[in-house]
Amino acid sequence: MDVEILSRIQFAFTISFHYIYPPLSIGIGLMLVISEGMFLKTHNKKYEVLTRFWTKIFALTFGIGVATGIVMEFEFGTNWATYSRYVGDIFGSALAAEGIFAFALESSFLGILLFGWNKVSPKVHFISTLGVFLGSMFSAIWIVVANSWQQTPAGYHIVGEGMMAKAEITDFWEMVFNPSSVERILHVWVGAFLAGAFLYISVHAYYLVRDRHQEISKTGIKLGLIAATVFSIVQLFLGHLSADGVAKNQPAKLAAFEGHYHTEDPADLYLFGWVDQENKEVYGLKVPGGLSLLLYQTFDGKVTGLDKFAVEDQPSQINAIFQFYHLMVGIGMLLIGLSLLGSFLLWRKQLFNHKWLLWIFVFAVILPQLANQFGWFAAEMGRQPWVVYGLLRTSDALSKAVQADQVLFSLIMFSLIYSLLLVLFIYLLNKKIKHGPEDAHLIDHRPHQQGINNFFTKD
Amino acid sequence: METILGLDYPTLWFLVVGALFSGYGILDGFDLGAGAMHLFIKSDKNRRIALNAVGPVWDGNEVWLVIGGGTLFAGFPVFYATLFSAMYIPFMLFIFFIILRAISIEFRSKEQMKWWRNLWDFTYTLSSGMIAFLLGVVLGNILQGFPLDENYEAINPHLTMFLNPYAIIVGLTTLTLMMMHGAIYLSLKTEGKLFDHVVLMLEKCMIAFIIMYTIMSLYTLIFFPHLAERFKEYPVLFILPVLAVLSIANIPRLAKKQKYLSAFIFSSITFSLLLILVAVQLYPSLLIATNNPENTITIYNAAASQKSLGIMLTIAAIGTPLVLTYTFIVYRVFWGKVKLDEHSY
Repeated sequence: MDVEILSRIQFAFTISFHYIYPPLSIGIGLMLVISEGMFLKTHNKKYEVLTRFWTKIFALTFGIGVATGIVMEFEFGTNWATYSRYVGDIFGSALAAEGIFAFALESSFLGILLFGWNKVSPKVHFISTLGVFLGSMFSAIWIVVANSWQQTPAGYHIVGEGMMAKAEITDFWEMVFNPSSVERILHVWVGAFLAGAFLYISVHAYYLVRDRHQEISKTGIKLGLIAATVFSIVQLFLGHLSADGVAKNQPAKLAAFEGHYHTEDPADLYLFGWVDQENKEVYGLKVPGGLSLLLYQTFDGKVTGLDKFAVEDQPSQINAIFQFYHLMVGIGMLLIGLSLLGSFLLWRKQLFNHKWLLWIFVFAVILPQLANQFGWFAAEMGRQPWVVYGLLRTSDALSKAVQADQVLFSLIMFSLIYSLLLVLFIYLLNKKIKHGPEDAHLIDHRPHQQGINNFFTKD
Repeated sequence: METILGLDYPTLWFLVVGALFSGYGILDGFDLGAGAMHLFIKSDKNRRIALNAVGPVWDGNEVWLVIGGGTLFAGFPVFYATLFSAMYIPFMLFIFFIILRAISIEFRSKEQMKWWRNLWDFTYTLSSGMIAFLLGVVLGNILQGFPLDENYEAINPHLTMFLNPYAIIVGLTTLTLMMMHGAIYLSLKTEGKLFDHVVLMLEKCMIAFIIMYTIMSLYTLIFFPHLAERFKEYPVLFILPVLAVLSIANIPRLAKKQKYLSAFIFSSITFSLLLILVAVQLYPSLLIATNNPENTITIYNAAASQKSLGIMLTIAAIGTPLVLTYTFIVYRVFWGKVKLDEHSY
């Protein structure tokens, strides 16, 4: 295999693996802020028990997120040197801002969040938790800004030619608020909230069906379901906003999402289907005029198809993009349904009698993960053959100095270490869940001070 | 070209990157060094204390690597691209050991079995040591330079290009420096018998570092005289190696007097001085093209645009005090000797 394929496989593999963890950190971080905030407000011990328990799971996802995140930063230079030279002026400043404004905040206060229970007052601890959560939110901002710039470049001009051509920044805020940044950040945030909320629900549903930690888990499920319901519905609107943006800014990508080969007025919407790439046809269940309705709120309106783009400017994997996109949307709908059903039964005080539904919630943890991954696949594959939309092709972005045997070596190495990492994650997660939250009486007294004079210890 | 205090933007950014890597060396340096000597600490309880001495801070320390890498990418994208693609294998190994180290720290305390803990103690030591070594290997390659074409791409770098005598010597120097630094840190965090053992290890590390530093300096002077030319040009710069030697010599003196906090400050100063020496030797080059001086990467042909550097200087000016404040708070909270509790590894 050649360097391009190997490097693309490596990048896809390492970023998909990475993208399991930061959304969980953001999502669980939100739940931590909620439960610890509730504790400070009500002084009810059960919220502290919840917070302490989830802190341990948070630590796990955060640790793996950091380790796998460093990989991404390095790969820009190692595998995509031409890309790095091309976008360094722009991508670099977003990455540097992420490090300084976000990553430093979250990683520094993580130490206090994990190890500081007996060292600082509850208020300072809560501020640390909030710092870690906000840091992870800021991280998402800068990373999605960098990626969105690749989707919809803005605030730049091109200097140089050929190998030496590169994009230079002309307006920082125009770069940050490029046409797709805001809607994509919101979409990614809420996807992360859902990943966290459904893990939260899953673990507590598991305890309930197993008759363990009943009190805590009923509270946990309540918090989780409220979050899941609010955010799954919000996500419906944000998803729509994102798709609108794609239609406006990246019509070729939208056409790939929808398997839309021919420019039509009105345009049909496939609920599900199969794309025959050879004959440029889609077979499946469609709503006549549905796509026009979604985009223009009326049953007619022209939607650009792939036929308006030169073959070399079209993404090549239309069927895969179509399926990933439709699966993401489908799972999103499923999440709304599950959350509403759960909330309804909770309101009727019947949820805990329906073991079958609790079991579904135990396994539903996989759904937001899949939706996040599929959405990301669709977004990134839909941008092809461009790495920077309309400016730099993926095939031109490679490191010229790297040979196939080197990438093969690293790919094998990543397969090994990531397998170990995944086994570790599942093993530790399982162990922490099996161990469960500590009994409230064990954490009844925070042993303040411990003989260290510490000005953060005061209440 | 725009300037602040008479320094142009690329030079300023060169200083920012240098300061960040210096911060990274000082902070992650001690936890890597402490990790590299972990296996030489006996008994499970003592190893736990050593591990928990770095437990709350190692993750925050690694942030400096991420920020350092980000600023290098942002400020000098051409250099970043060339260096990382030419040094593909050492950087990939570096990542491998970074991940393995995180796994070791997380995994070790999760089971009681002796073989289990020994296994993760071994990988923790190996990975910490290899990270410290590989950082030096890359630095050694930067100092030597390598052949570059007119697009600033490395010419045909093969799998093992990075392994050459000088790179290995620099690698062993950074490893022993970090181990010495780590031993001083552990002496601040331990008590009793473990403390006595740490002090013995510290002595060995100091000797090893001084030997490696001497070999490295001689090797540089004999084989890479171009690195010393700047000092001939501006003799006043000779103050820097003199200060470095004084700072290094001060460490055993303070250790003997049991002033470990001062010793730690001086090993931190040593880190900075050695990096300043590197910076002075290179500036304004970043990567010397050994085949053709015209292809050398300098801070000027590698730099991001004036506009971008200006923006990032603003970001750094706002962000740096914040980062320093966080770092200060965290170290303040975990100040003092390690006490194991239920949150410990």
